[in-house]
Amino acid sequence: MSRQDVLVTADWAEKNLGTEGIVFVEVDEDTTAYDGGHLPGAVRINWTTELQDPVRRDIVSAEQFAQLLSAKGISPDDTVVLYGGNNNWFAAYAYWEFKLYGHPAVKLLDGGRKKWELDGRVLTTDVVERTPTSFPVQEPDLSIRAFRDEVVDAIDTKNLVDVRSPDEFSGKILAPAHLPQEQSQRPGHIPSAINIPWSKAANEDGTFKSDEELATLYGAAGYEEGKATIAYCRIGERSSHTWVVLHELLGHSDVKNYDGSWTEYGSLIGVPIELGAGR
Amino acid sequence: MCGAPDQAVSLPPGTDLSKETVLAGRVLAAGQPVGGAFVRLLDGTGEFTAEVVASASGDFRFFAAPGTWTVRALSRSGNGETVLTADAPGLHRAEIAVA
Repeated sequence: MSRQDVLVTADWAEKNLGTEGIVFVEVDEDTTAYDGGHLPGAVRINWTTELQDPVRRDIVSAEQFAQLLSAKGISPDDTVVLYGGNNNWFAAYAYWEFKLYGHPAVKLLDGGRKKWELDGRVLTTDVVERTPTSFPVQEPDLSIRAFRDEVVDAIDTKNLVDVRSPDEFSGKILAPAHLPQEQSQRPGHIPSAINIPWSKAANEDGTFKSDEELATLYGAAGYEEGKATIAYCRIGERSSHTWVVLHELLGHSDVKNYDGSWTEYGSLIGVPIELGAGR
Repeated sequence: MCGAPDQAVSLPPGTDLSKETVLAGRVLAAGQPVGGAFVRLLDGTGEFTAEVVASASGDFRFFAAPGTWTVRALSRSGNGETVLTADAPGLHRAEIAVA
């Protein structure tokens, strides 16, 4: 896996709008930005209502995922280019979910909506309709998804990478600073975790830093290469961004995203929690 | 949710300004509001903390903590930043001029 297999540039995307076999998909937690203007030809996926099970806390099932892609007109032969706001967090989550359910050709638009808008590139409010397909149901690849018990077992054993802000890591606040602080879970982090905020992997315009900068960043923060890794944040989308960096861009093997993340871990009875700046 | 919410002018209902440290303001270019700017909250060491998209009227807000903060705006009209110090909980206002 190399950067060209994972990312497309805004220039490339602009040249390939409308190309047969390439489907642009805008993904966000709240997709109202799509209504105000989206990439020409792009369909939308709402992370909250379409990538999450509507009843249980879980990602959608393999059957639901296949139905979703079929309804959106996405086939396994299409190259899917995902992008979104919030620095591509939810597009990265979708990327991870597309990989989990075996879509063979999925990429991220480097910089997402932010770079696209700052560049002043074209956005349209045209209604996009694609012919439904028949996307096959595929078993999930659980080698990239961590569950709570293996996270507890990973303490002092695997690289546990907490990608939240330093104040969330230390336990000072429970949610990012653009949200009210009313959540009720216990603050803190998983013992032995290292804190490498997702934002350190991105430039100001939302693009990923270079492979060299990324390798230096994780090495300096105590990331041990060759050791299995679990990344987490609060609800699993910022850690998807870091999962893309570690597994897809830097090519480390055995990297899992813990999508339960702090909203699950910080609510579990009896598990160990560490407060403060870390070890 | 975890993404940046809509930056409508009024604070969310139930915001307790005796406990919350709210940093709020507006992005301006030559005195005119800049909608859709990307506003980044940086902590006292310059480290990224959060980012929102300014409303159509250029408004933004963060829920932070007492301390010194930088709010930095990126937009098609240019970039700019302002430092503000919140010495206690409450509503703290700042304008960011971009050029």
